[in-house]
Amino acid sequence: MEIHEYQAKEVLSRFGVTAPPGALAYSPEQAAYRARELGGDRWVVKAQVHAGGRGKAGGVKLCSSDQEIQNICENLFGRKLVTHQTGQGGKGIYRVYVEAAVEIERAFYVGLMLDRSSQRVMILASPHGGEEVEEILSQRPGSVTRTTIEPAAGLRDFQAREIAFALGVSPAVTQQMVRTLKGCYRAFTELDATMIEINPLVTTADGRLLALDAKMAFDDNALFRHPQISELRDKSQEHPLESRAADRGLNYVGLGGHIGCIVNGAGLAMATMDTLKAAGGEPANFLDIGGGASPERVAKAFRIVMANDRVQAVLVNIFAGINRCDWVARGVVQAMQEMQSDIPVVVRLAGTHLVEGQKILAQSGLPIIRAATLRDAAERSVAAWRSDQAQATKLWAEP
Amino acid sequence: MSILIDGQTRVLVQGITGKLAQFHTRRMQLYGTNVVGGVAPGRGGESVEGLPVFDTVKAAVAETGATASLVFVPPPFAADSIMEAADGGISYCVCITDGIPAQDMIAVKRYMWRYPRERRMILTGPNCAGTISPGKALMGIMPGEVYLPGPVGIISRSGTLSYETAAQLKALGVGVSTSVGIGGDQINGSSFRDVLGWFEQDDDTEVIAMIGEIGGPQEAEAAEFIKGHVSKPVIAHVAGQTVPHGRAFGHAGAIAVSRGDSAADKIEILSEAGVIIAESAIEIGQTIADALGHQP
Repeated sequence: MEIHEYQAKEVLSRFGVTAPPGALAYSPEQAAYRARELGGDRWVVKAQVHAGGRGKAGGVKLCSSDQEIQNICENLFGRKLVTHQTGQGGKGIYRVYVEAAVEIERAFYVGLMLDRSSQRVMILASPHGGEEVEEILSQRPGSVTRTTIEPAAGLRDFQAREIAFALGVSPAVTQQMVRTLKGCYRAFTELDATMIEINPLVTTADGRLLALDAKMAFDDNALFRHPQISELRDKSQEHPLESRAADRGLNYVGLGGHIGCIVNGAGLAMATMDTLKAAGGEPANFLDIGGGASPERVAKAFRIVMANDRVQAVLVNIFAGINRCDWVARGVVQAMQEMQSDIPVVVRLAGTHLVEGQKILAQSGLPIIRAATLRDAAERSVAAWRSDQAQATKLWAEP
Repeated sequence: MSILIDGQTRVLVQGITGKLAQFHTRRMQLYGTNVVGGVAPGRGGESVEGLPVFDTVKAAVAETGATASLVFVPPPFAADSIMEAADGGISYCVCITDGIPAQDMIAVKRYMWRYPRERRMILTGPNCAGTISPGKALMGIMPGEVYLPGPVGIISRSGTLSYETAAQLKALGVGVSTSVGIGGDQINGSSFRDVLGWFEQDDDTEVIAMIGEIGGPQEAEAAEFIKGHVSKPVIAHVAGQTVPHGRAFGHAGAIAVSRGDSAADKIEILSEAGVIIAESAIEIGQTIADALGHQP
């Protein structure tokens, strides 16, 4: 789960990470008012969306009067901000953060993440703050310091100092850097984060170390023990069908094609999409129903896939281990009976309780196109999508 | 022979009183797995599927002589159960549970390193389908009927795609020595690399199939290992060739470990190491059979 910049700054401030004074606004008038409240004569107005690259996309503006803030905000609110991370649809701007502008002396990049090689938390740091991390890693890989943290000992002072010295900060700022890094690491582990990025982390002319931007993402598997983090979820930043699916324990990602996919297991779901594409089709979505899916969960998955009006055919591909073909079949039949849609449905079942599942499909009286193998399923789905009935339903042989 | 488990392996089920655990314990028994008991704290003395239930792993090991354990415990408590197995004298643990927090798995890995190598438990998973040595024993949730015994070692991040592989092989009359699910999580017990090493040592395994997917450095690390340490033919498939890259991996975490992150990168790195690539998921079985020298 991701949170907004202003939320990440608030969370990190509890761990000793400092940011310039700022305030949140839900309208242009409120933004102007917030600036007057904050005082000063220069402010940065930042669109709050869950994506990087906001500056280049026009979502971050430096302003020097409250009138200017109001004008800029008139233009931001309600708009979709399209950055290199949002996809073409962009993300809606419904909140703006107004922050006092600071005199930047130097700008650093600091990121914490799970390193899958060492199976530990890793801190990346570079003196080229303000650039995208992709750019830093590809253009200036030599500038990046990587520090892995021993979980039993935590981030030690000497490691934080090593990072500070590698970044070349002045002795006066070193202690602040150590405090900031240790705070980030504590936040990462105590709150089950999967990513913290402060880019840029800056030093100011008057010797302060400040987080000018902050991004945090959290481990969905650990949200059960962090109710205060779960509350920060902003559904306006999620694809509506993806939110709906997530609320029902399903993993859904919308894509551009016309063949809706319902599969169990992420690997098989990806392989199904690859195979559809090779057969000349385009998947409308990725959907993993997970393990031990009840007929109700399968029916919900079906409704979510069908709620996408681009879908012109549906492929259900289940290789049941912990799942049960009979439960899946019942869910599919239940959803199809309710929906009464004439969109063709191809079902391939294999594995646990296969015979029972096939029986339920056969006895339903529904025009379900059955497939025996992955290849068969992909070919029939593409044929069904192309309205080639003969090809889609060519003699179906019991495996 | 086979790796990790065979018909003699004495297996415990942790969390045996759960509904899914009972269903799959029954299936494992029917398959012929030597399941000797279960663990469920506070339920010691009861019996499930005719098996004795113990309060602790230590008590279960003392009473039954179990050496392997299957963890079927809900996510908030699963890491604790794995550590209990590691401390309780279990030498091989399979964790099926999906949804364990990554920080908990970091703690599990750290905990396991407390033990000297010769007493250190092997863990596969979490978030995996388990391990099967066809015709001998099944520890997990896979449908046993799609596996024939034979010379192919399978290592897979995806459970269902490993069933797909086994079913394609069965349709060609080709069998499996052992199939090991290493799981889909970021922090897991054993990697492709670890299991490749075990299959290399196993006399009954003639070829090794790796079923990978996008994300993470495991395939690239495996490629590096294969160059120096694996003499048997290795066949690989990488799922997710058509998944839009930025969509699934929009963040620093994924990018920072980007060496070999996309399916195309992984395929290239594996090819360079001499691995035979099954480009399409529907050709995995045939590609393996070809490598074995079987006629279609």
